[in-house]
Amino acid sequence: MSTDDIAIIGVGMHPFGRYDGKSALQMGEDAVIDALGDAGVAWGDVGSLWASSMEVFNPEAITGLLGLTGIPARSTFTGCASGGNVLAQAANSVRLGEADVAVAVGLDKHPRGAFSAHPSVSGLPDWYGEAGLFLTTHFFGMKINRYMNDHGISHETLARVAVKAFRNGERTGYAWRNKQMSVEEILASPVLNYPLRQYMYCGPDEGAAAAVVCRADQAHRYGGTPVFLKASTLFSRKEGAFELLSPSLPIEADLSPTVYASRAAYELAGIGPEDVDVIQLQDTDAGSEIIHMAENGFCADGDQEKLIAEGATEIGGRMPVNTDGGLLANGEPVGASGLRQVFELTTQLRGRAGGRQVEGAKVGYAQLYGSPGTAAVTILST
Amino acid sequence: MTQVPIAPDLFTWPSDSPSLIAGKGSDGKLEFPYRSHRLVGGVREELEKVELPRRGTLWTFTSQVFRPPAPPYAGNDDVKSFQPFSVGYVELPGALKIEARLTEPDPDKLSIGQEMELRIVPFGLDADGNETMIYAFAPVQDGDTA
Repeated sequence: MSTDDIAIIGVGMHPFGRYDGKSALQMGEDAVIDALGDAGVAWGDVGSLWASSMEVFNPEAITGLLGLTGIPARSTFTGCASGGNVLAQAANSVRLGEADVAVAVGLDKHPRGAFSAHPSVSGLPDWYGEAGLFLTTHFFGMKINRYMNDHGISHETLARVAVKAFRNGERTGYAWRNKQMSVEEILASPVLNYPLRQYMYCGPDEGAAAAVVCRADQAHRYGGTPVFLKASTLFSRKEGAFELLSPSLPIEADLSPTVYASRAAYELAGIGPEDVDVIQLQDTDAGSEIIHMAENGFCADGDQEKLIAEGATEIGGRMPVNTDGGLLANGEPVGASGLRQVFELTTQLRGRAGGRQVEGAKVGYAQLYGSPGTAAVTILST
Repeated sequence: MTQVPIAPDLFTWPSDSPSLIAGKGSDGKLEFPYRSHRLVGGVREELEKVELPRRGTLWTFTSQVFRPPAPPYAGNDDVKSFQPFSVGYVELPGALKIEARLTEPDPDKLSIGQEMELRIVPFGLDADGNETMIYAFAPVQDGDTA
Protein backbone atom coordinates (compact mmCIF):
# COMPACT_ATOMS: atom_id res chain seq x y z
CA MET A 1 0.00 0.00 0.00
CA SER A 2 1.36 3.41 -0.95
CA THR A 3 1.60 5.30 2.26
CA ASP A 4 3.34 8.63 1.77
CA ASP A 5 0.12 10.14 3.10
CA ILE A 6 0.76 8.95 6.66
CA ALA A 7 3.12 10.42 9.26
CA ILE A 8 4.51 8.82 12.40
CA ILE A 9 4.41 11.65 14.91
CA GLY A 10 5.45 9.80 18.03
CA VAL A 11 7.18 6.62 19.14
CA GLY A 12 7.63 5.03 22.53
CA MET A 13 9.23 2.00 24.03
CA HIS A 14 9.35 -0.03 27.20
CA PRO A 15 12.87 -1.52 26.94
CA PHE A 16 12.95 -5.27 26.28
CA GLY A 17 14.25 -7.58 28.98
CA ARG A 18 12.92 -9.29 32.10
CA TYR A 19 10.56 -7.43 34.43
CA ASP A 20 9.27 -9.62 37.24
CA GLY A 21 5.97 -8.42 38.63
CA LYS A 22 5.14 -6.16 35.68
CA SER A 23 2.49 -7.29 33.19
CA ALA A 24 2.69 -7.05 29.41
CA LEU A 25 -0.24 -4.62 29.43
CA GLN A 26 1.54 -2.39 31.96
CA MET A 27 4.62 -2.32 29.74
CA GLY A 28 2.38 -1.49 26.78
CA GLU A 29 0.84 1.34 28.81
CA ASP A 30 4.31 2.80 29.44
CA ALA A 31 5.18 2.55 25.73
CA VAL A 32 1.96 4.29 24.65
CA ILE A 33 2.33 7.07 27.23
CA ASP A 34 5.91 7.54 26.00
CA ALA A 35 4.73 7.70 22.36
CA LEU A 36 1.87 10.12 23.13
CA GLY A 37 4.28 12.40 25.00
CA ASP A 38 6.66 12.26 22.05
CA ALA A 39 3.83 13.16 19.66
CA GLY A 40 2.35 15.87 21.85
CA VAL A 41 -1.01 14.11 21.68
CA ALA A 42 -3.43 13.54 24.56
CA TRP A 43 -4.95 10.06 24.92
CA GLY A 44 -8.38 11.68 24.60
CA ASP A 45 -7.47 12.78 21.06
CA VAL A 46 -6.62 9.23 19.91
CA GLY A 47 -9.34 7.94 17.59
CA SER A 48 -8.40 4.26 17.20
CA LEU A 49 -5.93 1.66 18.45
CA TRP A 50 -4.40 -1.52 17.04
CA ALA A 51 -2.53 -3.88 19.36
CA SER A 52 -0.55 -7.11 18.96
CA SER A 53 0.60 -9.75 21.40
CA MET A 54 1.42 -13.44 21.40
CA GLU A 55 0.85 -14.09 25.10
CA VAL A 56 -2.06 -11.69 25.84
CA PHE A 57 -5.34 -12.78 24.23
CA ASN A 58 -6.86 -9.28 24.11
CA PRO A 59 -4.02 -6.74 24.10
CA GLU A 60 -6.52 -4.05 23.06
CA ALA A 61 -7.65 -4.25 26.70
CA ILE A 62 -4.80 -1.76 27.22
CA THR A 63 -7.56 0.89 26.94
CA GLY A 64 -8.44 -0.13 30.51
CA LEU A 65 -5.09 1.32 31.61
CA LEU A 66 -4.99 4.31 29.25
CA GLY A 67 -8.60 5.45 29.60
CA LEU A 68 -11.97 4.08 28.52
CA THR A 69 -12.84 6.51 25.74
CA GLY A 70 -14.94 4.12 23.63
CA ILE A 71 -12.67 4.21 20.56
CA PRO A 72 -12.40 1.25 18.17
CA ALA A 73 -9.63 -0.86 19.76
CA ARG A 74 -8.60 -4.05 17.95
CA SER A 75 -5.85 -6.63 17.91
CA THR A 76 -4.15 -8.72 15.27
CA PHE A 77 -1.30 -11.20 15.47
CA THR A 78 0.86 -12.30 12.54
CA GLY A 79 3.78 -13.89 14.40
CA CYS A 80 7.08 -12.04 14.25
CA ALA A 81 5.62 -9.79 11.52
CA SER A 82 3.00 -8.38 13.94
CA GLY A 83 4.66 -5.03 14.65
CA GLY A 84 4.74 -4.07 10.97
CA ASN A 85 1.17 -5.21 10.63
CA VAL A 86 -0.33 -3.18 13.51
CA LEU A 87 1.48 -0.08 12.25
CA ALA A 88 -0.08 -0.69 8.81
CA GLN A 89 -3.54 -1.20 10.36
CA ALA A 90 -3.27 1.99 12.42
CA ALA A 91 -2.27 3.84 9.23
CA ASN A 92 -5.23 2.29 7.40
CA SER A 93 -7.58 3.45 10.15
CA VAL A 94 -6.44 7.03 9.55
CA ARG A 95 -6.56 6.61 5.77
CA LEU A 96 -10.11 5.30 5.94
CA GLY A 97 -11.17 8.34 7.91
CA GLU A 98 -11.98 6.35 11.03
CA ALA A 99 -9.58 8.39 13.16
CA ASP A 100 -7.47 11.54 12.89
CA VAL A 101 -4.86 10.01 15.19
CA ALA A 102 -4.30 6.28 15.70
CA VAL A 103 -2.03 4.28 18.00
CA ALA A 104 -0.21 1.02 17.21
CA VAL A 105 1.17 -0.92 20.17
CA GLY A 106 2.89 -4.28 20.58
CA LEU A 107 3.40 -5.91 23.97
CA ASP A 108 4.51 -9.31 25.21
CA LYS A 109 5.86 -11.23 28.18
CA HIS A 110 7.17 -14.68 27.29
CA PRO A 111 8.04 -17.43 29.74
CA ARG A 112 11.73 -18.37 29.84
CA GLY A 113 12.97 -21.04 27.44
CA ALA A 114 12.10 -22.20 23.93
CA PHE A 115 8.61 -21.55 22.59
CA SER A 116 6.35 -24.55 22.99
CA ALA A 117 2.92 -25.19 21.56
CA HIS A 118 0.78 -28.02 20.21
CA PRO A 119 1.41 -28.84 16.52
CA SER A 120 -2.31 -28.60 15.76
CA VAL A 121 -2.13 -24.80 16.14
CA SER A 122 0.04 -24.86 13.01
CA GLY A 123 -2.08 -27.42 11.18
CA LEU A 124 0.45 -30.19 11.83
CA PRO A 125 -0.20 -33.73 13.11
CA ASP A 126 0.44 -34.77 16.73
CA TRP A 127 3.33 -37.13 15.86
CA TYR A 128 5.32 -34.21 14.42
CA GLY A 129 5.48 -32.68 17.89
CA GLU A 130 5.94 -36.03 19.68
CA ALA A 131 8.99 -36.73 17.49
CA GLY A 132 10.71 -33.47 18.47
CA LEU A 133 10.32 -31.88 15.04
CA PHE A 134 7.96 -29.04 16.06
CA LEU A 135 10.74 -26.51 16.71
CA THR A 136 11.16 -23.33 14.66
CA THR A 137 14.86 -23.29 15.56
CA HIS A 138 15.48 -26.32 13.30
CA PHE A 139 14.52 -24.16 10.33
CA PHE A 140 17.00 -21.42 11.23
CA GLY A 141 19.84 -23.93 11.58
CA MET A 142 18.94 -25.72 8.36
CA LYS A 143 18.44 -22.58 6.26
CA ILE A 144 21.79 -21.02 7.16
CA ASN A 145 23.60 -24.36 6.89
CA ARG A 146 22.43 -24.72 3.28
CA TYR A 147 23.16 -21.02 2.61
CA MET A 148 26.72 -21.30 3.96
CA ASN A 149 27.27 -24.36 1.75
CA ASP A 150 25.93 -22.63 -1.38
CA HIS A 151 27.41 -19.17 -0.89
CA GLY A 152 30.66 -19.59 1.01
CA ILE A 153 29.68 -18.01 4.34
CA SER A 154 31.98 -18.92 7.26
CA HIS A 155 31.29 -19.63 10.93
CA GLU A 156 33.39 -16.53 11.74
CA THR A 157 30.96 -14.37 9.77
CA LEU A 158 28.07 -15.74 11.83
CA ALA A 159 30.01 -14.78 14.96
CA ARG A 160 30.78 -11.28 13.62
CA VAL A 161 27.04 -10.60 13.27
CA ALA A 162 26.59 -11.38 16.97
CA VAL A 163 29.65 -9.31 17.94
CA LYS A 164 28.15 -6.31 16.13
CA ALA A 165 24.75 -6.85 17.78
CA PHE A 166 26.15 -6.81 21.31
CA ARG A 167 28.43 -3.86 20.54
CA ASN A 168 25.45 -1.88 19.22
CA GLY A 169 23.46 -3.06 22.23
CA GLU A 170 26.10 -1.55 24.50
CA ARG A 171 25.91 1.77 22.63
CA THR A 172 22.12 1.72 22.86
CA GLY A 173 22.14 1.60 26.63
CA TYR A 174 18.69 0.09 27.19
CA ALA A 175 19.38 -3.14 25.25
CA TRP A 176 18.91 -6.38 27.21
CA ARG A 177 22.26 -7.89 26.19
CA ASN A 178 24.75 -5.06 26.25
CA LYS A 179 28.05 -6.74 27.12
CA GLN A 180 30.56 -6.89 24.31
CA MET A 181 31.80 -10.32 23.27
CA SER A 182 34.60 -11.42 20.94
CA VAL A 183 34.34 -13.64 17.87
CA GLU A 184 36.31 -16.27 19.82
CA GLU A 185 33.92 -16.17 22.79
CA ILE A 186 30.90 -16.55 20.54
CA LEU A 187 32.48 -19.43 18.60
CA ALA A 188 33.30 -21.09 21.95
CA SER A 189 29.66 -21.06 23.09
CA PRO A 190 27.73 -24.33 22.74
CA VAL A 191 26.07 -25.31 19.47
CA LEU A 192 22.28 -25.30 19.87
CA ASN A 193 21.23 -26.11 16.31
CA TYR A 194 24.26 -26.62 14.07
CA PRO A 195 25.79 -24.29 12.89
CA LEU A 196 24.07 -21.85 15.28
CA ARG A 197 25.52 -21.37 18.75
CA GLN A 198 24.10 -20.00 21.99
CA TYR A 199 25.11 -16.37 21.39
CA MET A 200 23.97 -16.45 17.77
CA TYR A 201 20.32 -16.74 18.86
CA CYS A 202 17.96 -14.11 20.20
CA GLY A 203 15.97 -15.02 23.29
CA PRO A 204 12.26 -14.53 23.96
CA ASP A 205 11.77 -11.81 26.59
CA GLU A 206 9.38 -9.03 27.63
CA GLY A 207 8.64 -5.49 26.54
CA ALA A 208 6.50 -3.15 24.49
CA ALA A 209 6.75 -0.51 21.78
CA ALA A 210 4.25 1.93 20.30
CA ALA A 211 3.78 4.47 17.51
CA VAL A 212 1.30 7.31 16.95
CA VAL A 213 0.21 8.07 13.38
CA CYS A 214 -1.85 10.75 11.65
CA ARG A 215 -2.42 12.15 8.16
CA ALA A 216 0.79 13.62 6.78
CA ASP A 217 -0.90 16.94 5.99
CA GLN A 218 -2.01 17.24 9.63
CA ALA A 219 1.32 16.33 11.23
CA HIS A 220 2.24 19.98 11.78
CA ARG A 221 -0.65 20.30 14.26
CA TYR A 222 1.14 18.11 16.76
CA GLY A 223 4.31 18.66 18.71
CA GLY A 224 6.43 15.77 17.49
CA THR A 225 8.95 15.64 14.64
CA PRO A 226 7.21 13.55 11.98
CA VAL A 227 8.71 10.85 9.80
CA PHE A 228 6.74 9.49 6.87
CA LEU A 229 5.52 5.99 6.08
CA LYS A 230 6.62 5.35 2.49
CA ALA A 231 5.69 1.68 2.23
CA SER A 232 4.22 -1.09 4.31
CA THR A 233 3.88 -4.60 2.86
CA LEU A 234 3.14 -8.08 4.15
CA PHE A 235 3.39 -11.38 2.26
CA SER A 236 2.66 -14.95 3.32
CA ARG A 237 4.67 -17.87 1.93
CA LYS A 238 4.24 -19.27 -1.55
CA GLU A 239 4.29 -22.94 -2.41
CA GLY A 240 7.89 -24.09 -2.69
CA ALA A 241 9.37 -21.51 -0.31
CA PHE A 242 11.68 -23.05 2.30
CA GLU A 243 9.71 -22.29 5.46
CA LEU A 244 9.47 -23.13 9.12
CA LEU A 245 7.75 -26.30 10.27
CA SER A 246 7.42 -28.01 6.87
CA PRO A 247 7.35 -31.83 7.01
CA SER A 248 8.00 -31.79 3.26
CA LEU A 249 8.83 -29.30 0.51
CA PRO A 250 8.36 -29.46 -3.25
CA ILE A 251 11.52 -30.07 -5.30
CA GLU A 252 10.81 -26.91 -7.30
CA ALA A 253 11.62 -23.96 -5.04
CA ASP A 254 10.08 -20.49 -4.77
CA LEU A 255 11.50 -17.41 -3.06
CA SER A 256 11.06 -16.42 0.58
CA PRO A 257 8.07 -14.14 1.33
CA THR A 258 10.67 -11.57 2.42
CA VAL A 259 11.78 -11.18 -1.21
CA TYR A 260 8.22 -10.45 -2.35
CA ALA A 261 7.54 -8.06 0.56
CA SER A 262 10.82 -6.26 -0.13
CA ARG A 263 10.32 -5.85 -3.88
CA ALA A 264 6.78 -4.57 -3.37
CA ALA A 265 7.92 -2.11 -0.70
CA TYR A 266 10.69 -0.64 -2.88
CA GLU A 267 8.20 -0.23 -5.71
CA LEU A 268 5.67 1.55 -3.47
CA ALA A 269 8.32 3.84 -2.00
CA GLY A 270 9.83 4.54 -5.41
CA ILE A 271 13.34 3.84 -4.13
CA GLY A 272 15.90 1.04 -4.27
CA PRO A 273 18.13 -0.56 -1.64
CA GLU A 274 20.94 1.87 -2.56
CA ASP A 275 18.77 4.73 -1.23
CA VAL A 276 18.43 3.25 2.27
CA ASP A 277 20.56 4.82 5.02
CA VAL A 278 19.68 2.68 8.06
CA ILE A 279 18.43 -0.91 8.08
CA GLN A 280 16.57 -3.15 10.52
CA LEU A 281 16.50 -6.87 9.65
CA GLN A 282 14.89 -9.79 11.48
CA ASP A 283 17.86 -11.34 13.27
CA THR A 284 16.19 -14.18 15.13
CA ASP A 285 19.65 -15.67 14.73
CA ALA A 286 22.92 -14.47 13.21
CA GLY A 287 22.29 -16.53 10.07
CA SER A 288 18.94 -14.86 9.44
CA GLU A 289 20.57 -11.41 9.36
CA ILE A 290 23.06 -12.63 6.76
CA ILE A 291 20.39 -14.21 4.56
CA HIS A 292 18.04 -11.24 4.95
CA MET A 293 20.74 -8.82 3.71
CA ALA A 294 20.47 -10.52 0.32
CA GLU A 295 16.73 -11.23 0.41
CA ASN A 296 16.10 -7.50 0.95
CA GLY A 297 18.34 -6.48 -1.95
CA PHE A 298 21.24 -5.01 0.00
CA CYS A 299 23.81 -7.38 -1.53
CA ALA A 300 24.18 -10.45 -3.72
CA ASP A 301 24.18 -13.92 -2.17
CA GLY A 302 27.66 -14.60 -0.80
CA ASP A 303 28.84 -10.97 -0.71
CA GLN A 304 28.05 -10.87 3.02
CA GLU A 305 31.32 -12.69 3.79
CA LYS A 306 33.36 -9.74 2.53
CA LEU A 307 30.92 -6.97 3.48
CA ILE A 308 30.70 -8.04 7.12
CA ALA A 309 34.48 -8.51 7.41
CA GLU A 310 34.92 -4.96 6.05
CA GLY A 311 32.44 -3.54 8.56
CA ALA A 312 29.84 -2.48 5.98
CA THR A 313 26.95 -3.35 8.33
CA GLU A 314 28.42 -1.47 11.31
CA ILE A 315 27.30 2.01 12.38
CA GLY A 316 29.53 4.11 10.14
CA GLY A 317 29.54 1.44 7.42
CA ARG A 318 27.74 1.87 4.13
CA MET A 319 24.75 -0.32 5.07
CA PRO A 320 24.29 -0.15 8.87
CA VAL A 321 22.14 -3.06 10.07
CA ASN A 322 20.37 -3.30 13.44
CA THR A 323 21.89 -0.17 14.94
CA ASP A 324 20.19 -0.81 18.31
CA GLY A 325 21.49 -4.37 18.48
CA GLY A 326 18.42 -5.91 16.83
CA LEU A 327 16.76 -8.98 18.24
CA LEU A 328 20.10 -10.50 19.24
CA ALA A 329 20.73 -7.72 21.78
CA ASN A 330 17.14 -6.78 22.66
CA GLY A 331 15.49 -10.21 22.64
CA GLU A 332 12.11 -10.77 21.10
CA PRO A 333 8.79 -10.01 22.75
CA VAL A 334 7.10 -11.24 19.56
CA GLY A 335 4.13 -8.87 19.47
CA ALA A 336 6.34 -5.83 20.13
CA SER A 337 9.48 -6.56 18.12
CA GLY A 338 8.42 -4.90 14.85
CA LEU A 339 7.55 -1.67 16.61
CA ARG A 340 10.99 -1.67 18.27
CA GLN A 341 12.37 -1.53 14.73
CA VAL A 342 10.09 1.44 13.98
CA PHE A 343 11.14 3.13 17.23
CA GLU A 344 14.82 2.80 16.31
CA LEU A 345 14.38 3.93 12.69
CA THR A 346 12.32 6.95 13.77
CA THR A 347 14.97 7.84 16.37
CA GLN A 348 17.68 7.55 13.70
CA LEU A 349 15.77 9.59 11.08
CA ARG A 350 15.21 12.35 13.65
CA GLY A 351 18.96 12.40 14.40
CA ARG A 352 18.40 11.55 18.06
CA ALA A 353 20.26 8.25 18.33
CA GLY A 354 23.22 9.72 20.23
CA GLY A 355 26.28 7.47 20.24
CA ARG A 356 24.75 5.08 17.72
CA GLN A 357 23.54 7.77 15.26
CA VAL A 358 23.95 7.06 11.54
CA GLU A 359 25.02 10.46 10.22
CA GLY A 360 22.52 12.08 7.87
CA ALA A 361 20.06 9.17 7.88
CA LYS A 362 17.02 10.05 5.75
CA VAL A 363 15.59 6.67 4.70
CA GLY A 364 15.01 3.73 7.03
CA TYR A 365 14.07 0.14 6.14
CA ALA A 366 12.65 -2.54 8.47
CA GLN A 367 12.00 -6.23 7.68
CA LEU A 368 10.25 -8.85 9.78
CA TYR A 369 10.01 -12.58 9.19
CA GLY A 370 8.54 -15.42 11.19
CA SER A 371 6.09 -18.23 11.66
CA PRO A 372 4.12 -19.41 9.75
CA GLY A 373 6.13 -18.00 6.84
CA THR A 374 5.10 -14.34 6.95
CA ALA A 375 7.26 -11.34 6.06
CA ALA A 376 6.59 -7.62 6.44
CA VAL A 377 8.60 -4.63 5.24
CA THR A 378 8.22 -1.00 6.35
CA ILE A 379 10.05 1.93 4.72
CA LEU A 380 10.24 5.29 6.49
CA SER A 381 11.72 8.61 5.40
CA THR A 382 12.26 12.08 6.76
CA MET B 1 7.87 -55.77 22.69
CA THR B 2 5.35 -54.97 19.97
CA GLN B 3 6.47 -52.33 17.50
CA VAL B 4 3.86 -49.94 16.11
CA PRO B 5 4.19 -46.94 13.74
CA ILE B 6 4.12 -43.56 15.56
CA ALA B 7 1.12 -42.67 13.35
CA PRO B 8 -0.89 -44.43 10.62
CA ASP B 9 -0.30 -43.81 6.91
CA LEU B 10 3.25 -42.45 7.37
CA PHE B 11 5.12 -45.42 5.88
CA THR B 12 4.45 -48.95 4.65
CA TRP B 13 4.73 -51.26 7.67
CA PRO B 14 5.61 -53.97 8.30
CA SER B 15 7.85 -54.30 5.28
CA ASP B 16 11.34 -55.52 4.34
CA SER B 17 11.83 -52.32 2.33
CA PRO B 18 9.45 -49.74 3.79
CA SER B 19 8.58 -46.53 1.92
CA LEU B 20 7.09 -43.21 2.97
CA ILE B 21 3.50 -42.67 1.84
CA ALA B 22 2.53 -39.43 0.05
CA GLY B 23 -0.75 -38.11 -1.29
CA LYS B 24 -0.97 -37.40 -5.02
CA GLY B 25 -3.59 -35.24 -6.73
CA SER B 26 -4.69 -35.27 -10.38
CA ASP B 27 -2.31 -32.30 -10.91
CA GLY B 28 0.57 -34.66 -10.08
CA LYS B 29 1.64 -32.75 -6.97
CA LEU B 30 2.80 -34.82 -4.02
CA GLU B 31 2.25 -34.10 -0.34
CA PHE B 32 3.86 -35.67 2.68
CA PRO B 33 2.50 -36.62 5.13
CA TYR B 34 -0.44 -38.13 3.25
CA ARG B 35 -3.82 -36.51 3.81
CA SER B 36 -7.09 -37.68 2.38
CA HIS B 37 -7.93 -34.61 0.31
CA ARG B 38 -6.96 -31.11 -0.77
CA LEU B 39 -8.07 -28.42 -3.18
CA VAL B 40 -6.95 -29.12 -6.75
CA GLY B 41 -7.85 -26.33 -9.16
CA GLY B 42 -10.18 -24.95 -6.51
CA VAL B 43 -12.10 -28.22 -6.14
CA ARG B 44 -11.89 -30.66 -3.23
CA GLU B 45 -10.27 -33.86 -4.43
CA GLU B 46 -9.49 -37.20 -2.78
CA LEU B 47 -5.76 -37.94 -3.00
CA GLU B 48 -4.16 -41.18 -4.17
CA LYS B 49 -1.67 -42.92 -1.85
CA VAL B 50 1.74 -43.33 -3.49
CA GLU B 51 5.04 -44.68 -2.16
CA LEU B 52 8.09 -42.37 -2.28
CA PRO B 53 11.62 -43.35 -3.36
CA ARG B 54 13.71 -44.78 -0.50
CA ARG B 55 16.95 -43.02 -1.40
CA GLY B 56 17.92 -39.41 -1.92
CA THR B 57 20.51 -36.78 -1.13
CA LEU B 58 20.93 -34.68 2.01
CA TRP B 59 19.72 -31.15 1.12
CA THR B 60 20.46 -29.55 4.50
CA PHE B 61 20.61 -30.49 8.19
CA THR B 62 20.92 -29.20 11.74
CA SER B 63 21.20 -30.64 15.23
CA GLN B 64 18.99 -30.65 18.32
CA VAL B 65 21.21 -30.73 21.40
CA PHE B 66 18.69 -30.06 24.19
CA ARG B 67 15.49 -31.95 24.97
CA PRO B 68 12.60 -30.26 23.12
CA PRO B 69 9.80 -28.80 25.26
CA ALA B 70 7.50 -31.59 26.44
CA PRO B 71 4.68 -31.70 25.60
CA PRO B 72 4.50 -31.90 22.65
CA TYR B 73 7.80 -33.86 22.62
CA ALA B 74 7.17 -37.43 23.76
CA GLY B 75 10.54 -39.17 23.59
CA ASN B 76 11.20 -41.99 26.06
CA ASP B 77 13.83 -39.96 27.92
CA ASP B 78 14.28 -37.08 30.35
CA VAL B 79 16.51 -34.02 30.43
CA LYS B 80 19.46 -36.12 31.65
CA SER B 81 19.06 -39.17 29.41
CA PHE B 82 18.14 -37.19 26.27
CA GLN B 83 20.43 -37.98 23.35
CA PRO B 84 21.06 -35.19 20.79
CA PHE B 85 19.74 -35.92 17.32
CA SER B 86 20.03 -34.46 13.83
CA VAL B 87 17.24 -33.25 11.57
CA GLY B 88 17.52 -32.68 7.86
CA TYR B 89 15.77 -32.48 4.52
CA VAL B 90 16.46 -35.34 2.13
CA GLU B 91 15.70 -34.67 -1.51
CA LEU B 92 14.01 -37.73 -3.00
CA PRO B 93 14.55 -37.42 -6.77
CA GLY B 94 11.44 -36.54 -8.75
CA ALA B 95 9.34 -36.48 -5.56
CA LEU B 96 9.79 -34.23 -2.52
CA LYS B 97 12.28 -32.93 0.01
CA ILE B 98 11.38 -34.76 3.23
CA GLU B 99 12.12 -33.41 6.71
CA ALA B 100 13.24 -36.23 8.99
CA ARG B 101 15.37 -37.28 11.89
CA LEU B 102 18.77 -38.51 10.76
CA THR B 103 20.39 -41.57 12.33
CA GLU B 104 23.78 -39.79 12.54
CA PRO B 105 23.65 -37.34 15.48
CA ASP B 106 27.06 -35.70 14.86
CA PRO B 107 26.82 -32.78 12.38
CA ASP B 108 30.55 -33.10 11.67
CA LYS B 109 29.87 -36.52 10.17
CA LEU B 110 27.17 -35.24 7.82
CA SER B 111 27.58 -33.30 4.58
CA ILE B 112 25.15 -31.67 2.20
CA GLY B 113 24.76 -33.72 -0.98
CA GLN B 114 25.60 -37.10 0.55
CA GLU B 115 23.41 -40.09 -0.26
CA MET B 116 20.81 -41.09 2.34
CA GLU B 117 18.43 -44.00 2.70
CA LEU B 118 15.15 -44.46 4.58
CA ARG B 119 15.13 -46.42 7.84
CA ILE B 120 12.31 -47.22 10.22
CA VAL B 121 13.72 -46.91 13.75
CA PRO B 122 12.45 -47.21 17.34
CA PHE B 123 11.42 -43.89 18.89
CA GLY B 124 9.47 -44.15 22.18
CA LEU B 125 6.57 -45.87 23.91
CA ASP B 126 2.85 -45.44 23.34
CA ALA B 127 0.17 -45.44 26.06
CA ASP B 128 -0.13 -49.26 25.84
CA GLY B 129 3.61 -49.84 26.31
CA ASN B 130 4.26 -50.62 22.63
CA GLU B 131 7.47 -49.40 21.05
CA THR B 132 6.68 -46.64 18.57
CA MET B 133 8.54 -46.64 15.24
CA ILE B 134 9.43 -43.55 13.23
CA TYR B 135 11.02 -42.88 9.85
CA ALA B 136 14.57 -41.55 9.66
CA PHE B 137 17.29 -41.29 7.07
CA ALA B 138 20.70 -42.91 7.39
CA PRO B 139 23.89 -42.12 5.46
CA VAL B 140 24.47 -44.72 2.75
CA GLN B 141 27.67 -46.62 3.56
CA ASP B 142 30.11 -47.74 0.90
CA GLY B 143 29.03 -51.13 -0.34
CA ASP B 144 25.31 -50.61 0.39
CA THR B 145 23.26 -51.61 -2.62
CA ALA B 146 20.43 -49.43 -3.80
